[in-house]
Amino acid sequence: MTLVSAGHTGQVELPIASDTDIILARQEGRALAARAGVTATDLTLVATAISEIARNIVTHAGDGQIAMSIVEEPGRRGVMIVASDQGPGIVDVDQALEDGFSTGAGLGLGLPGARRIMDDFSVESQPGHGTKVIMRKWVGLVA
Amino acid sequence: MARVPILRQRGYLIATIQAAMSDREAEGLQSDLMEEVSRYRARGIIVDVTALDVLDSFAARTLRTTAHMTRLRGAHTVLVGIQPEVAFAMVQLGISMEHVSTALDLEEGLAFLDGHVGHLGG
Repeated sequence: MTLVSAGHTGQVELPIASDTDIILARQEGRALAARAGVTATDLTLVATAISEIARNIVTHAGDGQIAMSIVEEPGRRGVMIVASDQGPGIVDVDQALEDGFSTGAGLGLGLPGARRIMDDFSVESQPGHGTKVIMRKWVGLVA
Repeated sequence: MARVPILRQRGYLIATIQAAMSDREAEGLQSDLMEEVSRYRARGIIVDVTALDVLDSFAARTLRTTAHMTRLRGAHTVLVGIQPEVAFAMVQLGISMEHVSTALDLEEGLAFLDGHVGHLGG
C-alpha cells in the first residue's frame, strides 16, 4: 500500500479536542474520500465512522489527532483514517469491540459500529499509553 | 453557539436541524424543546433532519432521549427527513430509534401528527 502523493490535498491532519473538531474531521474525511472516488453511500459511512472514533477520543482521552490520507494498492484506491490519542488506553480491546460495551456515557456502539461500516479496521492500545485506530474504505479501480 | 431554530405551527413545534449539529447544539435543542413544550402546551414535535449528512450514535441517542422526555410531557415527536444514505449508515452502525416516530418529510410528519395527536385527543 502506498500513500498517494497528491500534495497537501492528499493528506489531512487534524487535532481533536472538542465537539466542533469532530464535525470538522468528518467533513474533511468526507471530502478526502470523495477525492479518492468513494461512492455516495460509502461517503456517509466514512463520515459516520470518523464521527464515532473522533468522539471516542474526546470522551475517553480528552484530546488526540486524526490523520487521513488517500491510499492506493494494485486495483484499488481508498481512504485511510488513523486516529490516535495518548489517553488511558483500552484494557481489553476485544471487549471494547463488542456491541454495547461502554465505559463512557455512550451507547457502546462507537468502535464495533465503526468496524462494521469500514472495510479494514484495527485497534492498537496499551493501557496508560493511548490508543490508535486505523481504518480504511476502498474503491475498486477498473483497469 | 448556534441554536437549532424552533418554529411554532398549528400547536406543533418544528425544529430544523442544520448540516453540522454539534453535541452542544444537540443538548441545547433538548432543553429548548422541553421548555417550549411547557410554554406553548405543544402536543406534537417535528424534528427535521433533512440537512443532516451524518447521524451518529451520540446524535441519535440525544434525539431519542429528547423524544422520550418530551413524550413524558405530553408531546409526540416525529423525526422527518432522514436521508437514504444516513438511514443505511444508522442501520449498519446498529442505531435504533425506538419510541421515536418517523416520516418521510415535513408534510408527512404534519399529517402523521394530525392523525396521531387527534386520536390521542379522542
